[in-house]
Amino acid sequence: MKTRLVNTALPVALLAILGLSWEASVHFFEIPSYILPGPWEILKVMWQRMDLFAAHGVVTLIEIGLGFWLALVVGLTLAVLIHASRIIERSFLPLIISSQTIPVFAIAPLLILWFGYGIGSKVVMTAIIVFFPIVINTVEGLKAADPDTLALLQILEASPGQVFFKVRVPQSLPLVFSVIKIGVAVSVIGAVIGEWVGAKEGLGYLMIHANAQLQVELVFASIFWLSILGMGLYGLVVVVERLLIPWRHGGSNK
Amino acid sequence: MPFSHAGKAVFYMKKHGVDSLIQVEDLSKAFSRGSDTLQVLQQISLSAEPGELIAIIGPSGCGKSTFFNILAGLLSPDGGSISLNSKKVPHLRGRMAYMQQKDLLLPWRNTLDNAILGMEIQGEHKRMAREQARDLLKTFGLEGFGDSYPQELSGGMRQRVALMRTILCKKDILLLDEPFGALDAITRSIMQKWLLKVWGQFGPSILLVTHDVDEALILADRIYVMTSRPASIKGSLQVDLQRPRKITELDMVKCKEYLLGLLEDELTVPEP
Ligand SMILES: Nc1ncnc2c1ncn2[C@@H]1O[C@H](COP(=O)(O)OP(=O)(O)OP(=O)(O)O)[C@@H](O)[C@H]1O
Ligand SMILES: [Mg+2]
Repeated sequence: MKTRLVNTALPVALLAILGLSWEASVHFFEIPSYILPGPWEILKVMWQRMDLFAAHGVVTLIEIGLGFWLALVVGLTLAVLIHASRIIERSFLPLIISSQTIPVFAIAPLLILWFGYGIGSKVVMTAIIVFFPIVINTVEGLKAADPDTLALLQILEASPGQVFFKVRVPQSLPLVFSVIKIGVAVSVIGAVIGEWVGAKEGLGYLMIHANAQLQVELVFASIFWLSILGMGLYGLVVVVERLLIPWRHGGSNK
Repeated sequence: MPFSHAGKAVFYMKKHGVDSLIQVEDLSKAFSRGSDTLQVLQQISLSAEPGELIAIIGPSGCGKSTFFNILAGLLSPDGGSISLNSKKVPHLRGRMAYMQQKDLLLPWRNTLDNAILGMEIQGEHKRMAREQARDLLKTFGLEGFGDSYPQELSGGMRQRVALMRTILCKKDILLLDEPFGALDAITRSIMQKWLLKVWGQFGPSILLVTHDVDEALILADRIYVMTSRPASIKGSLQVDLQRPRKITELDMVKCKEYLLGLLEDELTVPEP
């Protein structure tokens, strides 16, 4: 309990110190707000233009959500197929791994071309970025079952299906969730870059637009909202993780 | 007196071999370690009658677990044979439940769900299986821990869950590899009594590996002593004493002396 309090208090304190020094430097060095606004001003903009951010934020959120969901469904399915079939593994896995060397952001303009200015291109962009790590880590997690546990299942005369669902799936969950958590952060980047390249709405679009008009406080406010969005999604994943992997948290906190 | 001369296995009292439930003959196993091989089992022979409780004792690292792994079909022997009801079989799987030395509890399953793993795989109804397991919790000293995850249990408790899982498979041959190894003396003696009760009730044949000579004497109909690696059967002892037994009874003390004598030869003390 005590360590938990300290664990929350320390980063909050650090954040406060950073924020205060930022605020102080902006005033002390008289930095104009079209170069670097102070945090207080940014917070005010975040609050005052709430309607604007809400409208654009919802768009970005939908892009991230759909893209992430798409990547998760396709990625997990493919991972299971790769695990189940040697032929699929041999044909897909090398391609998937080597495709990671392609800088995904470089194909963003093509995605706009193919899927249009709407949310479609951003959903695909997000999905592509998140898809690869999900496939590779899930395959890894499914493979990594403990040999002694597999021997136990063999003794108990379990069928391959029982081994899969009773051992491999639960055993891979922690790894899958750790990659999903990373994926959430990356998916925000995917959506924003997609919006930068070409969009009519979304927080990324708002940033580019405000930047062009030298409304730097609006740019910062968008960034802040984006990170809040990212943290919220991350928190959501943590909650789902706790529900699905209760054995990891049951012991230590009681 | 019911024991053999040192160094030689003598079976008597019951007729062995002809209609044994399990008969193991000349089982050998070597592991390759890089360029050289490590001979672990050297022509192990033993037999078990239906409903017999057999204890196997031997020095640490001699190959007891390897022997069980072969019986369970996890390893294949280099030579020798296993017969079940006079028919040669590759291993005992199907008839046997095996409690390995490690508890191998699944960390994502609580006590009850770990205990019913075997039943579940055999296709029994989860809910009914849980009911049966719940009824056993108290006997196993796990009352109130049915919903706990393995990480929240002590080593001894985990071992008891593993024993529950093995028993609940309801097979007529049990291989138990040091089932009470992690228990304190009192719990150990409670569990021994309980094992005897289960054995009396359902009459499975039990093969049990133990380090503890006293435990072997309290439980077993017959005790096999293994040599140090490469393991073979050094001798066996028929214990035809009334149960419940006390380790302080004269006959038991004599048996113990005999067994310790057999084991002592196997302990090579390095020259100073
Ligand atoms: N899979 C394996 N590969 C190589 N060597 C092995 C393997 N399994 C066991 N051994 C070796 O075989 C020997 C016997 O091991 P085993 O686990 O059967 O001994 P044990 O009698 O059960 O010992 P303990 O009383 O400590 O449980 C050991 O020296 C061990 O290192
Ligand atoms: Mg062992």
